[in-house]
Amino acid sequence: MSDRIFGGIGMILAIIFAWQASIIQESFLSDAVGPKTFPYLIAAIMALASAYFLVKPDPEPDWPRAGRLAEIAFAALVMLAYAQALPELGFLIATALAAGYLTWRLGSSPVQSVLIGVGTSAGIYVIFRLLLGLSLARGPFGF
Amino acid sequence: MELMSNLADGFVVALTWQNLALALMGCFLGTIMGALPGLGPSNGVAILIPLAFTLGLGATPSLILLTSVYYGAMYGGRISSILLNIPGDEPAMMTCLDGYPMAQQGRAGEALALSGIASFVGAFFATCGLVLLAPQLVKVALLFGPAEYFALFALAFATLGGISATNQAKSAFAAALGLGLAMIGVDTQTGVPRFTFGEVHLYDGIDFLVAIVGLFALSEVFIFLEHRGTDRDISNKPRMEIGRIIPSWALIRSCIPTMGRTTVLGFIAGVLPGAGASLGSFISYSMEKRLVDKDGTFGKGDPRGVAAPETGNNAAAGGALVPMLALGVPGSGTTAVLLAVLLSLNITPGPLLFTQNPDVVWGLIAALFIGNFMLLAMNIPMVGLFTRVLLVPPRILMPVVAMISFVGIYGISGSSFDLMVMVGFGVMGWILRKLDVPLVPVILGTLLGNEMEVNFRRAVNIADGDYSVLVSSPLTILLWTIAVIGFVLPILVGGLIRRRMRMARDAEGGLSD
Repeated sequence: MSDRIFGGIGMILAIIFAWQASIIQESFLSDAVGPKTFPYLIAAIMALASAYFLVKPDPEPDWPRAGRLAEIAFAALVMLAYAQALPELGFLIATALAAGYLTWRLGSSPVQSVLIGVGTSAGIYVIFRLLLGLSLARGPFGF
Repeated sequence: MELMSNLADGFVVALTWQNLALALMGCFLGTIMGALPGLGPSNGVAILIPLAFTLGLGATPSLILLTSVYYGAMYGGRISSILLNIPGDEPAMMTCLDGYPMAQQGRAGEALALSGIASFVGAFFATCGLVLLAPQLVKVALLFGPAEYFALFALAFATLGGISATNQAKSAFAAALGLGLAMIGVDTQTGVPRFTFGEVHLYDGIDFLVAIVGLFALSEVFIFLEHRGTDRDISNKPRMEIGRIIPSWALIRSCIPTMGRTTVLGFIAGVLPGAGASLGSFISYSMEKRLVDKDGTFGKGDPRGVAAPETGNNAAAGGALVPMLALGVPGSGTTAVLLAVLLSLNITPGPLLFTQNPDVVWGLIAALFIGNFMLLAMNIPMVGLFTRVLLVPPRILMPVVAMISFVGIYGISGSSFDLMVMVGFGVMGWILRKLDVPLVPVILGTLLGNEMEVNFRRAVNIADGDYSVLVSSPLTILLWTIAVIGFVLPILVGGLIRRRMRMARDAEGGLSD
């Protein structure tokens, strides 16, 4: 079933891709092939492959239970929030929070999580900012 | 003799203090990354590319650092295979078969040392093979026109899944997905924006480094979140005693013929498109088993069963560099990542690399030789140190990996948008992995998409819009034929080979999975 859904999504993706290719504004100075041909080719391959999944799906992969799925979705959300928060909070604070969350979810106890989060953040800061001179995001406090 | 002088020039480049230090650091980091389950060579190199880039290292030094990581990871993969029966990376899978039983008999140290020597032999002679073969391949590649290049790229995609590919439709889908992602951005030839949905951030296209780090490193973090606390969690494996770490001369000598044969076999597997290190170690092990396993000791801790796959996989790692450097077309996942290194340094691999940047090529090759000796020196006496790294639990390691990925990408662009795209790729990578869709074609597609299209359009334009030019020369016909065979053959025999690989593992691997 998963493969069939995947095939359906792939098919929609291929159609959107072909449609988007068809509305590319061609410039007056185009070459003999133009900017659309190659994308059409890609869309065709994608559609063929998706059709194959629809017709002959592989056996079902073992999806994690709903709880685990939520776990992964939530981790992704935290990472997205981290990406947003990085310029706002600065590297040290944002990283300590994100790393702390991840290690907590991977099985550290709450106290350990705080320590590991802060440690990870500080360690990366020392190695990459102070030793290697990489520019990391600066927050309101300058770090 | 031109070869020797080139090589000597290369050593001049590689033997500066900075480059030696980078090689040493790369070997060290690489071994650690190879040893840690979940951080294979592709992941390791992928995380370090943006860092090397933002540190402002030049082309040759970055390349030396990252290929040392690549070689190091190939060495390191065996450590967790032997001690934990969990391959540190995919090519090290076969090393579990005899390595772990040896460790159970209290001969872990010997197994580690022997596999270190085997890795050295494989990698060293494969690097020699690279020196000899790559310039020859360059001569052939100079005959290539745009149509041939287009066919060559198609061949790379068709054979990437390898002979043991599970589902060719999924490889094709992955390739199309990657190529499609590469199309995003302003068209290089006519200057019109494509697939940007009016989003300014997308006008430059998607940075392939963002895609690589997201697909490889972040998806790994999600995999660990998924498996936490289950029996695939590695934190509850028993500790192993290392035992003596110097193998006896008799033991090494008994493995010499094995190492000799498997070096050749592994190297060939590495050079051929679509084989790569995993297959290199698999066929090496199977061949040795058939040839020398008279008493049925393979799978029960036979030292030759440790030496064979390790030599094979390291020889294949060297061999895989041949098409990558000479043609600009990688044959395996990790070499695809190394191609990303070159591209992000604005170096176009391929035949011109050897004439335009000989210092890069030969400096790199010299660094590989030096790195090999460093790895041997590091891996025998210091193996105890690396085994201690295995004790770092993933709950600490994986957040660090994720955060370093973010640091690297943010260092390049300084944009939150790229980070969010990377998280998107991470989730996509996890879903694709669950569905058994290979990630390497996606990467290769984003890397080569534009180049492939340019060659396609150039070929047809030169022929004034005549599409038959794509299959007109004998060379294109040959390349297309190989591509078609490479794509169809796994459908016919892939199932058989896969069953064999699984049988070998089930029958003898025992504990894990």
